[in-house]
Amino acid sequence: MDRLMGLINLEHEHHIFNELTYFRNNASIPFAGRYRLIDFPLSNMVHTGIEEIAVFVRNKYRSLLDHLGTGDNWDLDRRNGGLFILPPDWNDPSDQSKGDLRFFHNNRDYFNRSNCKYVLVSGSQFITNTDYTDAFKFHLDRNADITLISTNIENLQHEHKPYFRIEADDIGWVQNITNDKRNHLLFTGVYIINKDILMELVDQCIAFHKNHFFMNGIKDNLHQLKIQTYRHTGYSAFINTIESFYRHNMNLLCEDNYRELFYKPSFIQTKFSNNPPVQYLKSANVKNSILANGCVIDGEVDNSILFRGVHVEEGATIKNSIIMQRCSIGTGVYLENVILDKDVRVKNGQKIIGTTEKPFVVAKRQVI
Amino acid sequence: MKECIGMLLAGGEGKRLGALTNDIAKPAVPFGGKYRIIDFTLSNCANSSVHTVGVLTQYSPLELHKHIGNGKPWDMDRHNGGVTVLSPYTAKSGGDWYSGTADAIYQNIHFISQYNPKYILVISGDHIYQMDYQKLLDQHKETKADATISVIEVPWAEASRFGILNTTDSLRIFEFEEKPQLPQSNLASMGIYIFTWEVLKAYLLKDAKKKASSHDFGKDIIPAMLCDNRKLYAYRFDGYWKDVGTVQSYWEANMDLLKEECQLQLDNKQWRVYTNNFNYPSQFISGTVKINNSLINDGCFIYGGSTIEESVISTNVEIEKNCYIQQSIIHTGVKIGKNCILERVIIMENTVIPEGTIIRTDKMEEPIVINQKVLEAKLVVRGGEN
Repeated sequence: MDRLMGLINLEHEHHIFNELTYFRNNASIPFAGRYRLIDFPLSNMVHTGIEEIAVFVRNKYRSLLDHLGTGDNWDLDRRNGGLFILPPDWNDPSDQSKGDLRFFHNNRDYFNRSNCKYVLVSGSQFITNTDYTDAFKFHLDRNADITLISTNIENLQHEHKPYFRIEADDIGWVQNITNDKRNHLLFTGVYIINKDILMELVDQCIAFHKNHFFMNGIKDNLHQLKIQTYRHTGYSAFINTIESFYRHNMNLLCEDNYRELFYKPSFIQTKFSNNPPVQYLKSANVKNSILANGCVIDGEVDNSILFRGVHVEEGATIKNSIIMQRCSIGTGVYLENVILDKDVRVKNGQKIIGTTEKPFVVAKRQVI
Repeated sequence: MKECIGMLLAGGEGKRLGALTNDIAKPAVPFGGKYRIIDFTLSNCANSSVHTVGVLTQYSPLELHKHIGNGKPWDMDRHNGGVTVLSPYTAKSGGDWYSGTADAIYQNIHFISQYNPKYILVISGDHIYQMDYQKLLDQHKETKADATISVIEVPWAEASRFGILNTTDSLRIFEFEEKPQLPQSNLASMGIYIFTWEVLKAYLLKDAKKKASSHDFGKDIIPAMLCDNRKLYAYRFDGYWKDVGTVQSYWEANMDLLKEECQLQLDNKQWRVYTNNFNYPSQFISGTVKINNSLINDGCFIYGGSTIEESVISTNVEIEKNCYIQQSIIHTGVKIGKNCILERVIIMENTVIPEGTIIRTDKMEEPIVINQKVLEAKLVVRGGEN
């Protein structure tokens, strides 16, 4: 049986979430009440039956390490395989590699030791709940070197701008990878590649002093490689700016979206916490919201997402907002279109209003 | 060698819990929207640094065994010690069910001996409380006692329902009375004991030989020790403690969690209550829902127009539009149709309540326990009496 190994490559992801990425990288941005972005690629890989997964990560990874732990929450604490967090640490004086190629070069063992012949590579910005088994079968059936997972986006938005577009022929062979903004077929950042070809391309990139595996290894060799595209369908989101982060959180307040992202086909797994159920006190009033365990609610919560352990006191109103872990909202506070990062304390009587296009963001641990 | 190891008695059937314990042992009965009763005791062990615990199971243990697993939620998945499930077994010399609390420990003397402990903590998995066993152990060591029994002051009027300990001013126990008609003290035994292992072992061996004995700590071992004038002390505990032995007390203990002044704190960061976790997404409240003085767990969907008051709602429960739920306990996976009215009822796991159902328990009666069978038979059985 042909098997896949996993790689979550965070190396070339830009941290453009301002306050939200001061102290963490993209992959560990909290999402939807109790998750972090990396939970999606990780859970999808686990649901595909992948048993060894590596993470390439260069900086601001304290919170990521804390979140992933031994991988036990994803059943990845294994004697064989499991989770391999590969931070940047290399001492080879003859090393000439650059960019993410340094990760490939210095962690060759991860690939060589495994008897998997195929690698599923993913970033952290494409959010969906899926199982790549069909994509893998497709890859084997077409006898491709590489299969790029793509998705068709009807309404292109600002957030889609940086992503590659795929031009393929009638039977899915990729002809061109562009940034043509009229093309609605977007590359999700997820692809399946034969391990031998991966290693060959890595060597080639290093030999020619290249610094970006996908750009230089795959895109530049487009016509020498057999590249297929597989279309992913179903609810998905690209999250790469504060604005898209806010909007995609808010979209989950529509029940169909929430169910499709979290209940099908399996649950997205995340780090367990030990919070008690949500406690509603005597003056609580809740409308169309998602609330994580550990919250204590005595105020009004409307169309908002509350992460674990948020305290909302009597007389406070929270509207169209995202309130992250352990924030406390004092009496008489009014929040609208606001994102509060973890541990923010809003003192009694404060009023903060942002707009839907530009939600007001408060960085971690502020007191206002 | 371990200084102190825990032996957790979890084999009880909990007869007076009626339908709640039809298929599961009492310690495995769901509690507080997220937990099972045994979680409180296991978490007390974890928080008190008692990391070697034998859990004695007997009655309907499947759910309980699954719940305990390798002890991971309580950090008891250890190479040295950790949690061990001890079920009755057969051996060359025969084998038998545990015939009493003392017999259960007696039959596992070989388990205890492996760790060569100086002290042994005997606790049971059917009480709701948060207690630091180290303090109990400290007193036991200070007084150089042979046994220390944790006690709680109960209202005098209720003292005749408990096992009462009569002590001197220095808390030395001179008499133990099971449910006395005229209590001389209001210090009730909480069923929590620390023994000096060498002493207890001798009494267990002696008791095992007595044919007439019921092999029970309260009825046999403690009286025998008192008879021999052994040093037994009481340890005063003041805090929340509840024996959830009946449907009424089970319901009350759940309702206690909803009181703001409740001494039992589920979100106490210094004394966490640990349990298994199923990774359900956060609860989703759709439309306007009036929820007051309630606990609601992950995975629930609650739709507009409903009112929920003073209720405890477990994982993955769906409550359709315009329901009225008051003073009720809803277990995992229950689906409640539109326009239902539930007052003072307990709905068991995975029950599907059809649209428009109205179930009310009279204020003076024990809450009604509903499961799928009861519902289908269109018959309402009062908890504790079937």
